[in-house]
Amino acid sequence: MAETIVVTVNRKPIVVPSGTTVAVAVVLAESQCRRSVTGELRGPLCGMGICFECRVTVDGRPHRRSCQIPCRAGMEVSVDD
Amino acid sequence: MAAAVCAAECGLRVGLVDDNPSLGGQIWRGETTKCTSEAAGWLERSLRVQVEALCGTRVFHLPAPGTLLAESENEVYELSFQKLVLATGARERFLPFPGWTLPNVMGAGGLQALVKSGLPIAGKRVLVAGTGPLLVAVAAWLRQQGANVLAICEQARWISLARFGLALVQQPQKLSQALSLRGQLAGVRFLASCWPTEAQGSAKLEAVVLSRGERVACDYLACGFHLVPNTELAQLLGCQIRGGCVQVDEFQQTSCPEVFCAGEPTGIGGVELSLVEGKIAGLAAAGRRQDAVRHFKQRKKLQGFAKALDRAFALRQELRTVALPETIVCRCEDVPYDRLAAHQSWRVAKLQTRCGMGPCQGRICGPATEFLFHWEPDSVRPPVFPAQLEHLAWAACPSQSECGAGVGGES
Repeated sequence: MAETIVVTVNRKPIVVPSGTTVAVAVVLAESQCRRSVTGELRGPLCGMGICFECRVTVDGRPHRRSCQIPCRAGMEVSVDD
Repeated sequence: MAAAVCAAECGLRVGLVDDNPSLGGQIWRGETTKCTSEAAGWLERSLRVQVEALCGTRVFHLPAPGTLLAESENEVYELSFQKLVLATGARERFLPFPGWTLPNVMGAGGLQALVKSGLPIAGKRVLVAGTGPLLVAVAAWLRQQGANVLAICEQARWISLARFGLALVQQPQKLSQALSLRGQLAGVRFLASCWPTEAQGSAKLEAVVLSRGERVACDYLACGFHLVPNTELAQLLGCQIRGGCVQVDEFQQTSCPEVFCAGEPTGIGGVELSLVEGKIAGLAAAGRRQDAVRHFKQRKKLQGFAKALDRAFALRQELRTVALPETIVCRCEDVPYDRLAAHQSWRVAKLQTRCGMGPCQGRICGPATEFLFHWEPDSVRPPVFPAQLEHLAWAACPSQSECGAGVGGES
């Protein structure tokens, strides 16, 4: 069993195996990553850091591409409601 | 990775810049830790010759000849080089259809990448659609991970696929891969001349409507229309591009003498061709042309496969009519089809609608509009990738960091 770590997505704790990316934690939290400029819900598309659809706020820093960032214990992720 | 290792084994000082959190590119994502894989072999060789790797780092600017600026999450680097090998890979081509912006509609490679990054897929209903050999590979891999793969919808006609099958006969390695994939997909429906016409759902994907009229309820749609080369960095460097591909000579040298290019940016051809091109580029960059020549024969053979790919998976006309007037084409700026159709060129559309002006800088909608409206892509300007302001500001008064040779990209 892989080691697990806990991150929060909009203050909700999510347990993930270490090595999991932030994008996956967000999808597991049953949450979209962001709202588009006209308010549509969006989730990851390309999975490789090209499309910028999965961008979220990580530890207070906005517009991070969640698919390219591995989860770290205690990481606070926030997404658009 | 192959280029970096080959150059370093010739005694060059080599740095490797990779946007991904770990080495191995998209195909070998996460596999460098499995000791049996080919990827692990390359990683081991790279450690033996001490290739200096900067992972999670992307190049965003070329402030002066022989100098690149790159940023990671918290750092900015100025990298100077004498020779540069670009191995920037490819991305999936996405074509707009109603509902394609819903969460859980992803690229085929996109879903695979997410599952490799930890997304549990066991028991989930997945529809795989689009075009290209990636669909079959992804479907087989997802099934192996326990996904319930409902069907594979390939837009190409059976006749094209049959011709492609014949071309594979000359590539025993590819043919055995294809046969093994077919075995792994026993019981999964393969629909040729079929593509998604609508993705339905409220907060996320619930079902997909196919061109044959069928409605398929599913959790994920993995949909990509083959691949397009990532040429932005090559364009920024001033390398000649033709037909969407970086032009190289037999030594993988671009029109800029200090810049080499290997893999998908020179034409979509798969991992084996990318590796051979990487070896040639690495050796040639190190001045070992006579050693590079030894790989020419293998490259030529694999290039035959690349040509067969282009022919077999050419996009059909009907895909131009799947988007409705209100269907979003540019996902960053939410520009719908009908606002774009009124314009004559990519440049005018950008100025009038902000299409392609969002954070992806047209990487997603550019190839789509090229297919939909025959628009030619425009020039590339720095920053070639959205960069943090503090890093752009740093570029004005940098500190020093040097590297003998640089390899930028993914694989």
